[in-house]
Amino acid sequence: MTKKVMACIDASPYAEAVCDYAVWAANRLTVPMAVIHVLDKAQHTHTPDLSGSIGLGSQEVLLQQLAELDEKHGKLALERGRLMLDAAKSRAEQAGVAAVDERLRHGTLVQTLVELEEETRLLVLGKRGFSSADAHGHLGLHVEQVIRSVHKPILLTQQSYKEPQRIMLAYDGSATALKGLEMLAASPLGKGLPVHLVMAGANIEAAQQQMETAAHILRNAGFDTRIAIVGGEPEEVLNQYQQEHHIDLMVMGAYGHSRIRQFIVGSTTTAMISKAKCSLLILR
Amino acid sequence: MLNSLKQNWLSNVKGDVLSALVVALALIPEAIAFSIIAGVDPKVGLYASFAICLIIAFVGARPAMISAATGAMALLMITLVKAHGLEYLLAATLLCGVIQIIFGLFKLGDLMRFVSRSVVTGFVNALAILIFMAQLPELTGSYGTLTVYGMTALGLAIIYLFPYLTKAVPSPLVCIIVLTALALYFGMDIRTVADMGELPDSLPIFLWPDVPLNFATLQIIFPYSLALAVVGLLESLMTATIVDDLTDTSSDKNRECVGQGVANIGSGLIGGMAGCAMIGQSIINVKSGGRTRLSTLLAGVFLLMLIVFVSDYVGLIPMAALVAIMIMVSIGTFSWSSVKDLRKNPKSSSVVMIMTVLVVVATHNLAYGVLVGVLLSALFFANKVGQILFIGSTLSANGHQRDYTVVGQVFFTSAEQFIDAFDFKEAVEKVRIDLNRAHFWDITAISSLDKVVLKFRREGTEVELVGLNEASATLVDKFAVHNRPDAVEKLMGH
Repeated sequence: MTKKVMACIDASPYAEAVCDYAVWAANRLTVPMAVIHVLDKAQHTHTPDLSGSIGLGSQEVLLQQLAELDEKHGKLALERGRLMLDAAKSRAEQAGVAAVDERLRHGTLVQTLVELEEETRLLVLGKRGFSSADAHGHLGLHVEQVIRSVHKPILLTQQSYKEPQRIMLAYDGSATALKGLEMLAASPLGKGLPVHLVMAGANIEAAQQQMETAAHILRNAGFDTRIAIVGGEPEEVLNQYQQEHHIDLMVMGAYGHSRIRQFIVGSTTTAMISKAKCSLLILR
Repeated sequence: MLNSLKQNWLSNVKGDVLSALVVALALIPEAIAFSIIAGVDPKVGLYASFAICLIIAFVGARPAMISAATGAMALLMITLVKAHGLEYLLAATLLCGVIQIIFGLFKLGDLMRFVSRSVVTGFVNALAILIFMAQLPELTGSYGTLTVYGMTALGLAIIYLFPYLTKAVPSPLVCIIVLTALALYFGMDIRTVADMGELPDSLPIFLWPDVPLNFATLQIIFPYSLALAVVGLLESLMTATIVDDLTDTSSDKNRECVGQGVANIGSGLIGGMAGCAMIGQSIINVKSGGRTRLSTLLAGVFLLMLIVFVSDYVGLIPMAALVAIMIMVSIGTFSWSSVKDLRKNPKSSSVVMIMTVLVVVATHNLAYGVLVGVLLSALFFANKVGQILFIGSTLSANGHQRDYTVVGQVFFTSAEQFIDAFDFKEAVEKVRIDLNRAHFWDITAISSLDKVVLKFRREGTEVELVGLNEASATLVDKFAVHNRPDAVEKLMGH
């Protein structure tokens, strides 16, 4: 099975950018692309009957009422989803991707993406979805869950598409980061683009050594590599660096620690994602 | 984690708060009525409903399902309370909880698949009939005055007609208020809730049942606990399925067993009786807009607030109002369509349903009814499958050999039919029995095959068996055809 670039489309303002980034990735990786829309059944509030009385056959009547309501909503959502996917597909085909699949699925987003994991090469997702598109500075409802559950590279897009010219790799010397580095070095996705290898922390010798080793791997793979070590809190200094150097794609590892630890001290990953001003490639 | 928390608790706040209020109001008369059925003070049922609602909201598996003190459970306690008193009931409640947890841990919730649709319907109908019958003592004998009849009728009229006026106010609540006001205004001499026993005037406190911890106690309470555990789980799992259907979502049945157990232990520890999920209340909850765990939790909280703050007035409620509400509950629980479908459904299904109802009404124990229903369904099924057996034969051209072909299921119900299909009187040199498309399910089938072979041999006929290995593969207990199309095809004999 050829693995695909999966673009998650919904009714949010991110949909077009997601589609464009997926096209960019599909063309670079020379793999087919699929556009996905998940029909997550929301709870429809019907006008509640607070009379508290039940008569003969009330269970059957209630079931029928609720089923009819769901049916109406379901048909509408199905139609809308189909339209959205058709639009995304024609957009991708116009941009030159030959094979575009449409996937319209019922279920929750996370569960569906996990099911499709087998055939996923790269997942493209808006930073926020339809339900939370306006909540600036916050992470979309499902994004964190998706990153945690799907063990594939994930491209989190901004609201508008900008073709990546410069890549920045957030590096902390950890095993996760090294793995991410190797993935980037081996992948055709970033080939030919200059890479900024950036570490947040004290500029000590050990750090410099780690950076040199890392840069060596990238240079061997043919990347034009610059290194920088900046002192401070990662989510602040890394984002600052990104803006100063006009980086359009930040690459980072995700969620190296247990959930319990994050619950107490908070997660760097979540903070990074919500504060970043550019698209992010999350490697797991 | 945070997201699922949101989904489970806060995705439908407005609907949940409103429905919880409706449910809490409806739970008060029911909890009192079921306490009276069990023969204990109303506060035992009220505390139980509070505790179970509160705990099951966290440990249950089915959001939006309402669990509290129920009629099915109360009916099982009557003799225990009469013979040994409240403390033994509390001990039985704790043990019932432990048994339910064990059932859940051993995944006995999966056994629900043996309970057929007809048995479920029979259970529900029997429950409705029992709840109705439990109201009769209030309407007959010395209590059954004209005033009581009139008040009950008025109550029923309010419950069923008030929703046509407005659906924003629970009609059972209106029924209670109007009937209480009338009784007070005219100074009627009719029974009130205060006549039925002690009402709660404070928050429940933790207490350990005052029973000797010895084998004799266990001997007394164990049969009750077991029956309570089984009936409680049956009703809970049935209700969970109903709510699953209504909301088009699924729930983990084994986790629900454990949750019910934990809730019952909690109830027993604060002086409440055993309970389980309530079909009627759960329907009311969904109908009123409740969808998440929040509705269950708030129903418990509102219930406690109501009983502590308005307990002075609860005692004034005439029993006629409660009787009217319970009649409404029993009518709402009864599956009306099952009566309509009696003619349409296969006779065997109807017999299972009716037998379940009859056994329950006769024994007042829902567990017996379900047992009889399940056994009957199994027998009917075995009988039906046993009929899927065909044995054909052809005589060879020279008349020296007969070839028998067996197609279908051979087991205890069809073994006789299998033997009868062979003609032992026919004198042939050789008999060939093709078993490739037959299935031998048990040792009865094998022994009947032995019998056939033996009989032929005694007549001097040579017997050749073809495909015995394939046919007897089904004998192995672990025989499974899950997800293997080739295996299924083999089994179906194509």
